[in-house]
Amino acid sequence: MKDFAALYWRLDATTGTSGKLAALRDYFSAAPADDAACALHLLSGGKQSRAVSTTLLREWAAEAAGIPLWLLEECYAQVGDLAETLALVLPPPKADAAPGEAGLAAWIRTTIEPLRAADEPRKKEIVRDAWRRLHADERIVWHKLLTGGCRVGVSRTLVARALAEVAGIDPAVMTHRLMGGGIGSADDYRRLFSSEPGDADSQRPYPFFLASALDEPPESLGPVADWQAEWKWDGARGQVVRRGGACAVWTRGEELVSDSFPEIVAAAAALPDGIVLDGELLAVRADALLGFSALSRRIGRRRVTKKVLADVPCAFVAYDLLEEAGRDLRDQPLAERRRKLEALSLPAFPAPGATLQLSPRLAAATWAELAATRASARDRGVEGLMLKRLASAYGTGRTRGEWWKWKIEPLEIDAVLLYAQAGHGRRAGLHSDYTLGVWHEGRLVTVAKAYSGLTDAEIVEVDRIVRATTVGKHGPVRICSPTLVFQLAFEGVARSTRHKSGVAVRFPRIVRWRRDKQPEDAGSLADLFAMIDALPTPEPAT
Amino acid sequence: MADLLELTPQGLYCREGDFHVDPWRGVPRAIVTHAHADHARPGCDRYLCAARGTLVLRERVGGGAPIDTLRWGESLSINGVKVSLHPSGHVLGAAQVRLEHRGRVWVVSGDYKVCDAFEPVACDVFVTESTFGLPIYRWAGPDRVAAEINAWWRDNQAAGRTSVILAYALGKGQRIAAIVDPAIGPIVAHGAVMKMVRAYRDSGVRLPPIDGVPPRARRVGDGRALVIAPPSVAGSRWLRLFGEASVAPASGWMTVRGIRRRRGCERGFVLSDHADFPGLLGAIEATRARRVLVTHGASESLARLLCERGLDAAPLATRFTGERPPDDATDDEADEPHDVRAAVEEGV
Repeated sequence: MKDFAALYWRLDATTGTSGKLAALRDYFSAAPADDAACALHLLSGGKQSRAVSTTLLREWAAEAAGIPLWLLEECYAQVGDLAETLALVLPPPKADAAPGEAGLAAWIRTTIEPLRAADEPRKKEIVRDAWRRLHADERIVWHKLLTGGCRVGVSRTLVARALAEVAGIDPAVMTHRLMGGGIGSADDYRRLFSSEPGDADSQRPYPFFLASALDEPPESLGPVADWQAEWKWDGARGQVVRRGGACAVWTRGEELVSDSFPEIVAAAAALPDGIVLDGELLAVRADALLGFSALSRRIGRRRVTKKVLADVPCAFVAYDLLEEAGRDLRDQPLAERRRKLEALSLPAFPAPGATLQLSPRLAAATWAELAATRASARDRGVEGLMLKRLASAYGTGRTRGEWWKWKIEPLEIDAVLLYAQAGHGRRAGLHSDYTLGVWHEGRLVTVAKAYSGLTDAEIVEVDRIVRATTVGKHGPVRICSPTLVFQLAFEGVARSTRHKSGVAVRFPRIVRWRRDKQPEDAGSLADLFAMIDALPTPEPAT
Repeated sequence: MADLLELTPQGLYCREGDFHVDPWRGVPRAIVTHAHADHARPGCDRYLCAARGTLVLRERVGGGAPIDTLRWGESLSINGVKVSLHPSGHVLGAAQVRLEHRGRVWVVSGDYKVCDAFEPVACDVFVTESTFGLPIYRWAGPDRVAAEINAWWRDNQAAGRTSVILAYALGKGQRIAAIVDPAIGPIVAHGAVMKMVRAYRDSGVRLPPIDGVPPRARRVGDGRALVIAPPSVAGSRWLRLFGEASVAPASGWMTVRGIRRRRGCERGFVLSDHADFPGLLGAIEATRARRVLVTHGASESLARLLCERGLDAAPLATRFTGERPPDDATDDEADEPHDVRAAVEEGV
């Protein structure tokens, strides 16, 4: 536990990549395999579950600290992190505590796993005993394990690099071995270091190659003929793996979602063996795209009911071929991979009724022509264009310059700050989570929660204004008299029965603080409904 | 019977004695608890402070107005109100003000730190600060903080990096100089800190050798020094004088990880001139006051907690700020001499 906590804090304190890499390397070269397997699971964002409710933890911590619960909540508002708040209010551990001696795996085995099945008094006993043995820094990490929220700011690529260096193997091979998770035991962990190739019939996907946002004019990319243009679909990135007589569907989050998309699994069975497709999971009825909100009813459901299957039919639109006849094609240029993909003869989108479709290439002789195509994106229910260099290999992670997202400009409205709540992490104690509203019949109605988009200095300034204009409090939420106007951008807007205002905006974020505007100048609900009416694709109610 | 102190637009006012305590505007007669800018403002006709704090107060309010002084525990009658000053442990000469009138005793704590110097004073009504009045704030002993700073300083030296510690010019800067191990390397202070170092020394406080930064210097030190500078230098050109440097604020707020991260510093030291939460509760209890008025900081929470514990407590809306969170832009203005910004720009 001590070693893992030390790694956690070392990563936390290090901003540079090389420092983080060194921390990971040091940890993995020294850690026993069972501890390392647990750490790897956590570092790569593996699933965790909550062993005890935070309500109980708060009550027990307040009791142990001899303070009322409301005071603990006040502390939480200042600290912005529950695990840290609890660790700070608790009395110091017993002087003879020897916390770190047991490893991470043993701590999880003895103080976290047994909690799930234990009754409340037993839970409390285990938690209080752990508190007596852990120092504040270790408590924070342990609390995060306990509540299933132990996240560390390192990319999977970095973890893979560190492990590859420790193992002395190619980082790409290590990245691939880490794909799809499934490292639960010391044996799994040891296999990562094997010099033998992995299972041929594994259903592991390849690491996804990612695109960067295009922030220059497309002309800066050189001749348009060097590029492949496709729609940027409003779905979920995925890979369909067809190997060893079986099929699997993966999302970019390295989650196996085969159970959520039975029709795609069934359709993939018709592909020749040894195929991996890269593409997009889309909710689509006939030729109408249903949008991401519809798709979210399918993703993350282990059991998909007949009703959901009927309500939200899905298709996989393929845009790359990563493996053919069991051979890894990723080093080949995109043009060649595309030729092989097209040779599979999948029908091109829109192909009503087909579950596996081909994402069409958008032909254009000039950038201006492509820009005109892009301008139609919102009407078509897509997010813009993807530009991929025809000569590009399928890399790992995000390599700037090879693949670009050329998204359409977002929708925008000016909205008024109505409620504010203190943020978390580096924004702890600062009111940085905002609820914004627009006008409707002479009143301001809330339409979005937005977090990002302001500079640190602006957040500090807004925080001060929030405190000065607070007219009421609702728990940690401050109700502010309307004075601040922000320009709000969002990717989509739809009617919603779940939202009081009757509209739901997608990916809202603050673009800038409109110091030049008064609340009276902000937009209205009617403006949002006008945007909805301008959209051709009816979004399903959610 | 009316309260001995009341809140007026000028600050805390004693009607019977016709004087103010730590007024935030110019008044005829000001009793000043200590020389931080949120408690001591220029522009009063006459000041009274603890004898130990005369020189630092003079630095703060400038020449001109007379400064009367009292030794610790010595009393003076002002229009029938008996006034005495008692050490608060905060910065040099920082005092609690005890007022006695017709059998009623009020104590204004100013800012205080519960340490050897702090003297609990029994009273009926205690006006307490609450800068760190939440149970998350609990200070380690000075030895432990000193050991952390020394270890960091040595690590930086080994890597050829200058160690820059950000601390208020009055109080914290000198406290750090006094606790670190001067055998490790040279201690260098920013001009604003240096000015107060001189005031401390002239008041008889012993501090290790501290070098100033020569005017128009282009490069200072060789990565071995510990530099003590006010928080306002963070991100400024002045810091470039030291080449590669590790910058760490020293503040009670460094307890909270989010505040440390927001500051963008890899290190931060939890060191304050204020009382921590157990310190506040202990000090309040030691006064045996039945009524407690809570000023700047977590005043509402602390007052509510005291009420739940059977005291008559209420928040008091003063304009004192205490130790500000490090990202508060008013931070430095509240606690640095007015010429700090100019000094930073000039590279003094």
